[in-house]
Amino acid sequence: MDALDQLLKTFFDWEAMAAVVPNMLTVGLPNTLILAVSSGVLGCILGMILAVMGTSRNTALRLLSRIYTDIFRGVPAIVIILLIGIGLGPLIRELTGSTNPFPLGILALTLMASAYIGEIFRSGIQSVEKGQLEASRALGFSYNSSMQLVVIPQGVRRVLPALVNQFISLIKDSSLIYLLGLLASQREIFRIGNDAAANTGNLSPLIAAAVMYLLLTVPLTHLVNYIDKRLRTGRPEKPQPDDAAALIGKGAQP
Amino acid sequence: MSDFAAGSLTGKNLHLSFGSNHVLRGIDLHVETGTTASVIGPSGSGKSTLLRVMNRLIEPDQGDILLDGRSVLKDNPDELRQRIGMVFQQFNLFPHKTVADNVSLALRKLRKLPAEQARAEALAQLDLVGLKHKADARPANLSGGQQQRVAIARALAMKPEVMFFDEATSALDPELVKGVLALMADLAEGGMTMVVVTHEMGFCRNVSDTVTFMDAGVVVESGPPEQLFTNPQTERLQGFLSDVL
Repeated sequence: MDALDQLLKTFFDWEAMAAVVPNMLTVGLPNTLILAVSSGVLGCILGMILAVMGTSRNTALRLLSRIYTDIFRGVPAIVIILLIGIGLGPLIRELTGSTNPFPLGILALTLMASAYIGEIFRSGIQSVEKGQLEASRALGFSYNSSMQLVVIPQGVRRVLPALVNQFISLIKDSSLIYLLGLLASQREIFRIGNDAAANTGNLSPLIAAAVMYLLLTVPLTHLVNYIDKRLRTGRPEKPQPDDAAALIGKGAQP
Repeated sequence: MSDFAAGSLTGKNLHLSFGSNHVLRGIDLHVETGTTASVIGPSGSGKSTLLRVMNRLIEPDQGDILLDGRSVLKDNPDELRQRIGMVFQQFNLFPHKTVADNVSLALRKLRKLPAEQARAEALAQLDLVGLKHKADARPANLSGGQQQRVAIARALAMKPEVMFFDEATSALDPELVKGVLALMADLAEGGMTMVVVTHEMGFCRNVSDTVTFMDAGVVVESGPPEQLFTNPQTERLQGFLSDVL
């Protein structure tokens, strides 16, 4: 069974994997996390701005948010990363003297993620019952305070699962940053696996990279399910009978 | 129950249209200081809309609103609404906040009270509606009647000059209605100025000082409850009363 051995060796050459794992853990994993977490956080901020614009009563703001979202959601990630990362590279070099591709990579991922996150937040905000805004305004809160204190906190809670899904996407999409050219110390999980695979002509390092991604994403997937379930069934106590309702006053005996 | 910072409220010739739908067609409504005005009428007659126009949740197309005899149409609407408490059919408590936080939110953010003072004030209001022991529960863990009483406490915490009740008992199970109506009757007795949109004819008849019958965006008949209930002048009110009584 030479062919089968060959196949096994191509994918599961343990030595080739073992050789690449230390580097993946000390260099690749931190870099992947830096890319995903920073663009995730920035994407949430920009996404919230887009969502607030998208649910605003101002038509121009709504239109602006719509156009942005359509563009950055409709163009493949690889195109945005190349356009931003390579196109703006010389400008950044001139301004800061830095050739580090991370800031522009993070910017590209942020712009893209914010379009999705904005839509996630918008759907959450719009799912909050109209009565909530009305009750808050009736207390005397302005529209902005009502959104900030009452509507948005509820909307965000409802879309936490979708938000975690988006973060999973970001972890995977961060691998595309390799296109911008990375120094040895800047490589993320995929690039380290890919380099090793290219050098040895064996795909096992890429399998190691895949496992590394799964170690990050699978727990998150389960976290999504957990949050989702808690949001659905998170009503621990049952409503109690209205025992304290005193039968007093004229209204009690109509 | 102590007396309230009550004021009189007047709506004059209020008009409102949504597109071609003329919802309010020149409504006049006056509530004297410390009295209760009930507004009754078939669904779709514009009762709930009238409340929302009178606290400017919806701006009227035409007409005037006077609080304590002074027009408030040019005031900041947010400040006007701090002076008018409102209770809704669906309670509309904030589900992400505890009962105490629901009541103290406006005290902290609008009245700028320190957190502790706001909580103490909230607990006092909750005590008044018999729900101090639920202060740290979430609204979802309360019965409908309890939720509505928290909503009343939330509105009262702002020391409003007028209270609006928009079918406050319509969404409640029958056995929970009495407690909420009793609380509303106590408020009326304590001298709160109230406008009560209701289908509870018993409450309307026994507690309110004036009753206004609305149909299709106009006031058809208004006066003291005895007069409207025992001697309705118009066919429309006669028909309505025979349907609901």
